Amino acid sequence: MNGPASILLIGCGALAREIIWAIEKNNWGHMELTCLPADLHNRPQHIPDAIRAKIRAAKATGKYSDIFAVYGDCGTGGLLDKVLEEEGVARIGGAHCYEFYAGSTVFEAMAEEELGSLYLTDYLVRFFDRLIIKGLGLDRFPHLRVDYFGHYKRVVYLSQKADNGLLEQAKAAARRLDLEFVHRPTGIGGIEMFLKSFPVRASEEGSERVLQEA
Amino acid sequence: MAENDGQVDGEDDVVLAELNDADLVAQMHDDLYDGLADEIAEGTNILLQRDWEPYKVLTEALVEGMRIVGIDFRDGILFVPEVLQSANAMKAGMAILRPLLAESGAPRMGKIVIGTVKGDIHDIGKNLVGMMMEGAGFEVIDIGINNDVDAYLTALDEHQPDILGMSALLTTTMPYMKVVVEALKEKGIRNDYIVLVGGAPLNEEFADNVGADAYCRDAAISVEIAKEFMSKRQGSAAAVGMAAQ
Ligand code: B12
Repeated sequence: MNGPASILLIGCGALAREIIWAIEKNNWGHMELTCLPADLHNRPQHIPDAIRAKIRAAKATGKYSDIFAVYGDCGTGGLLDKVLEEEGVARIGGAHCYEFYAGSTVFEAMAEEELGSLYLTDYLVRFFDRLIIKGLGLDRFPHLRVDYFGHYKRVVYLSQKADNGLLEQAKAAARRLDLEFVHRPTGIGGIEMFLKSFPVRASEEGSERVLQEA
Repeated sequence: MAENDGQVDGEDDVVLAELNDADLVAQMHDDLYDGLADEIAEGTNILLQRDWEPYKVLTEALVEGMRIVGIDFRDGILFVPEVLQSANAMKAGMAILRPLLAESGAPRMGKIVIGTVKGDIHDIGKNLVGMMMEGAGFEVIDIGINNDVDAYLTALDEHQPDILGMSALLTTTMPYMKVVVEALKEKGIRNDYIVLVGGAPLNEEFADNVGADAYCRDAAISVEIAKEFMSKRQGSAAAVGMAAQ
């Protein structure tokens, strides 16, 4: 019997670790991951074209039965979804990764509870210094903290892995920004649910099965 | 070069008061670019002491300097922290000029109420637009962040502006602009205002869809578009006035 054909996941570099974790945890040996640079995050206008190029390159190999995007809209203002629709590629739901980690309902409730929340993920905690402190120029111009975070009250750490080291780093990050700290473990259930929601086509024509049954 | 009090004398050390007007203005453009608030305040005061009209200081030294910053930001040469530094330097100059501008009868271009929409607390772009609008002679009423329909309506009612400006940086908050425009329509006051929208994830098509008058990609374009609409509006107001005679 043929195994399922390969599925390509196109993800944001900021999610690479978590997507690989999901793949390993679920023994999804038929899934492959390719990522776009995480720093596109701050230039989201370039994401749609970059994804289109990846999709076209993958299609050209003829290797994949399906391609999925593990990406938030990420501030493309709907342009990413337009490209994905044109290319016939499904995307995980959510405006950004904070939303699909927490789940839309929970995310909305958190925003309702305190709009002045800065969300951290494991990735952002790990690279807090580079992405937030240096990225926003706070190392060179510490006084800009007020321009950036004047309306913020708290840091909400949406953790993927239970890791005390990261938890301490996240608390330190909140202290550094002079904000309160809240911890909401999310795990990677959002990514897993998305990847589980598709039928997996076997490489042999006609035979299809749903991944949960595997 | 003469000693500059307290400063280490280096080759870049410039004594602003010793520069002629043209060199001083050019130096202020550099200082704005470098985000040097104290130097901008000093340069502003020197030009005023040399009997420059406050409006001339504003446009030639400050606004022109920020225009250059805006171009390099657009072209990816400067980034958000540098732009914030420059904006803060400009603020230092504006703080000196603002009361003088009010007294000296500088040209008034119109009035704008500007705010970020409900659910969104990004405000760097909005603040920059507000500052450049003020620099261009608009009266700017900044109603801050996270504004719901009521907040916009109250501000419009209270301030009777020519322009309503809305900002959104999140995919999830940009649709709220339509809610506001629909509320204006419902009250029959949509056409009393020029509605300008902005924020990185927006585009022209979106602005059309929500029923705004224009999408503004950056602060410089915002000013141009606002002026254009104002002159059209004044043109049509004059025409209406004439028809009524
Ligand atoms: C700086 C920034 C922040 C700062 C904001 C500080 C502040 N006080 O505003 C901080 C770090 C605090 C922040 C926080 C968040 N951010 Co943010 N942020 C950005 C970033 C990098 C730049 C935005 C900016 O200020 N640009 C500089 C200004 C000058 O440009 P601008 O805003 O576009 O404004 C210009 C024009 O658009 C126009 N304009 C703007 N408004 C208006 C209004 C009118 C009337 C007119 C005429 C013109 C106009 O003129 C302006 C001047 O040139 C963008 C990415 C990007 N490149 O856009 C992400 C981005 C907008 N943020 C994003 C996100 C997700 C968040 C967070 C949720 C992240 C988190 N970890 O918690 C939080 C928000 C939390 C909350 N509770 O809402 C996403 C949005 C994704 C999406 N799907 O919508 C983006 C796209 C980054 C990303 N890809 O993840 N952010």
